[in-house]
Amino acid sequence: MTGTSTLAAQAHGFLSPTGVEVAFLLIGLVTLAAALLTVTTRQLVHAALWLVVALGGLAVEYLLLTAEFIAWVQVLIYVGSVVVLLLFGLMLTKAPIGRSPDADSGNRWPALVVAVAAAAALVWVVADAFRTTWIDLSGAVQGTTKVSGESLFRYWVLPFEALSVLLLAALVGAIVLSRMRRKKEGER
Amino acid sequence: MHLVYPAVLAALLFCTGLYGVLARRNAILVLMSVELMLNAVNLNLVAFDVWLRDKLHAGQALTLFVIAIAAAEIGIGLAIVLLVYRARGTADVDRLRDLREDAPAEAREDAPVEAEKKAEAAA
Repeated sequence: MTGTSTLAAQAHGFLSPTGVEVAFLLIGLVTLAAALLTVTTRQLVHAALWLVVALGGLAVEYLLLTAEFIAWVQVLIYVGSVVVLLLFGLMLTKAPIGRSPDADSGNRWPALVVAVAAAAALVWVVADAFRTTWIDLSGAVQGTTKVSGESLFRYWVLPFEALSVLLLAALVGAIVLSRMRRKKEGER
Repeated sequence: MHLVYPAVLAALLFCTGLYGVLARRNAILVLMSVELMLNAVNLNLVAFDVWLRDKLHAGQALTLFVIAIAAAEIGIGLAIVLLVYRARGTADVDRLRDLREDAPAEAREDAPVEAEKKAEAAA
């Protein structure tokens, strides 16, 4: 086992990345840049649109990791509905269209310090821990719809059903939250 | 593929979301940053699932669950933000200080202004 793993480690190299790694790196850079713009831009609607780029890039990363079903779910639910919900929220709270100078709060620099410290610690630990670990993408595909569906409905049926109850509860909760206001306005 | 690439990307995305949660003032932008953090965790789950070749596919199943829970969270969160906006005329998390122990004078002075804003919005 150790012999094969060292052989596998020798077969890979830092200086000769595969095509998948290069693609992953490039898309990862785009994703990270879009995420940084999402949290730093002063135009609120642009933040939501950059979030679309970041989430779409993550979907492509899932495809590169052979998790096909997750990638399409990501596109459908995140890019399709969550971002639309966020845009509706921005419109309903009358967000300014142009630049808003008060998008960032006063604790911006402490937040930057915390984030950079956390990033440095996490990247150091992760890079040190998984320096010699490679994902074998050449075997059977891990995340086709068939494989995901079989595992989901064979081993994960009960959590899946519990999740549908949770979604129903969230739906009812959102409706109750928005109806409460109307009742109060009617009383006035 | 080297496992470091997805792991480092997930760590950096998580810290970007962390910065957004701490530094943003608008509640909806805070929700967007939370989505970024959840997505970073999802990327980690998928990468480790593919690496470990888990027979139960726990990583991918958990990713689907996290996506569904994030959708529920964003629905409830936006309903709460809209309710707060209608009640107070603002969605700035900095100005929601009702539970603060030493209520500053400025917050009380702000209140009538916000009531006027709300009246304008209603009109």
